[in-house]
Amino acid sequence: MSLMTVKDLTIGYDQTALVKNLNFCVGEGNYLCIVGENGTGKSTLMKTLLGLIKPISGDIIRGDGLKVNEIGYLPQQTDVQRDFPASVTEVVMSGFAGGAKLRPFYSRAERERARENMERMGIAELRRRCYRELSGGQQQRVLLARALCATSRLLLLDEPVSGLDPKVTEDMYKLIADLNHEGTAIIMISHDVNEALNYATHVLHMGHSVFYGTKAEYMKEENGFMAKGGVINA
Amino acid sequence: MLDTLINYLAHPFVRYAIIVGVLIALCSSLLGVTLVLKRYSFIGDGLSHVAFGALSIASVVKLTNKMTLVLPITIIAAILLLRTGRNAKIKGDAAIAMISVGALAFGYLIMNIFASGANLSGDVCSTLFGSLSILTLTKGEVILCAVLSILVVVIFVVFYNKIFAVTFDENFSKATGVKADMYNLLLAVVIAIIIVLALNLVGSLLISALVIFPAISAMRLFKSFKAVTLFSVVFSVVCAFIGLLIAILAGPPVGATIVAVDVVAFGACCLIGALINGR
Repeated sequence: MSLMTVKDLTIGYDQTALVKNLNFCVGEGNYLCIVGENGTGKSTLMKTLLGLIKPISGDIIRGDGLKVNEIGYLPQQTDVQRDFPASVTEVVMSGFAGGAKLRPFYSRAERERARENMERMGIAELRRRCYRELSGGQQQRVLLARALCATSRLLLLDEPVSGLDPKVTEDMYKLIADLNHEGTAIIMISHDVNEALNYATHVLHMGHSVFYGTKAEYMKEENGFMAKGGVINA
Repeated sequence: MLDTLINYLAHPFVRYAIIVGVLIALCSSLLGVTLVLKRYSFIGDGLSHVAFGALSIASVVKLTNKMTLVLPITIIAAILLLRTGRNAKIKGDAAIAMISVGALAFGYLIMNIFASGANLSGDVCSTLFGSLSILTLTKGEVILCAVLSILVVVIFVVFYNKIFAVTFDENFSKATGVKADMYNLLLAVVIAIIIVLALNLVGSLLISALVIFPAISAMRLFKSFKAVTLFSVVFSVVCAFIGLLIAILAGPPVGATIVAVDVVAFGACCLIGALINGR
């Protein structure tokens, strides 16, 4: 059984299907990379996996005791956040808001875990700083620490390196790979096929033709896709 | 001057005005931070015009307790506005503007057509600018206001962490199991309550000031959500208190005076903020 199995999933908005009959699964410790050009439904897929939009048809089955809200999420930055007055600690702690149910305040154990996660992400010394004053890479680390507070079993990352410079991008990929090695399953959306493939165990390619398989299978098939115009290296 | 003040404070209606003014300033500033960050600064304006419309209907049908009509209508409008914030055909700002001016026009029309008193423009003016109604509060209204204010503060404190999470990142909150829609609904109801309360103090045209100025002033100076929230509460309460004192002692209209004090204090915060950051 895997953490998440997707069966015959058709996704889209307002009953207009964007992608039909997707099938794939994510097991414990897997690193699934979702690639494809803009407009092929990558972000829609991620929102569907997170339960933010309803699938048109098909199933998303959780396995291995993965609870409904045990999915950490690293979203793309929103406008609101750019001028939001919040300290790093406040942002990281908000990862616990869902788990806290109706309990109004965070527990000592949660504070401790938040501290650990900030240390893992190398942002412990920034904890009193203002989120909006950080660099792009630092902000991503803060959001990653927040996602880890929500869960460390499965993380969904939406273009985690967009807008970062090459050095910071490389660090970010390493950080994600480290998390993966420590047992967190990763689902990541990326433009950057080559870079992403360095770390992925599985690939889901969306576009004219949909492909899902292990990285090795994908490498073998890649030439075939190139011929159909399916893969364009970023 | 102090003697005059003590003299005035001997009258219960002056004390009531101060109590209610400070409470409303406190509540509106608590939610102001969230509203400004969610880009809903103008919801106060929109809702207060709805409340104005409802109030004119209530006056026309001669309800003894106008709140029984005004509060539910405003709450419904708030829910509709915050709901349409996302996937609606008419987007947030347009929806607010539409409801706002629509309700204002209908309210004024209704008051005009069914006018009972001779002093129509005086009535309209006092509902729009709050003028003297705060000085005619009854004990019952003061108690109602106090109870609702306490309720607002308790709700805010209990759900503080959730409100932060939902305001900062609604999608993340939803994905990790925060009932974001429920909290948005809660916010809508609380905002509506505050608006209706504030109608007495500053009138429907100036309510936005109570929501916006404390929040943006605090954002000039502080960088964490907690500090911004706390400062905006202090800012709002102090400004309302000063404004009320000036109004009581020197006689200018209450609502406009409080807003004027807010504006001046905002200028001071900008200046201090620039000095701190420019260092």
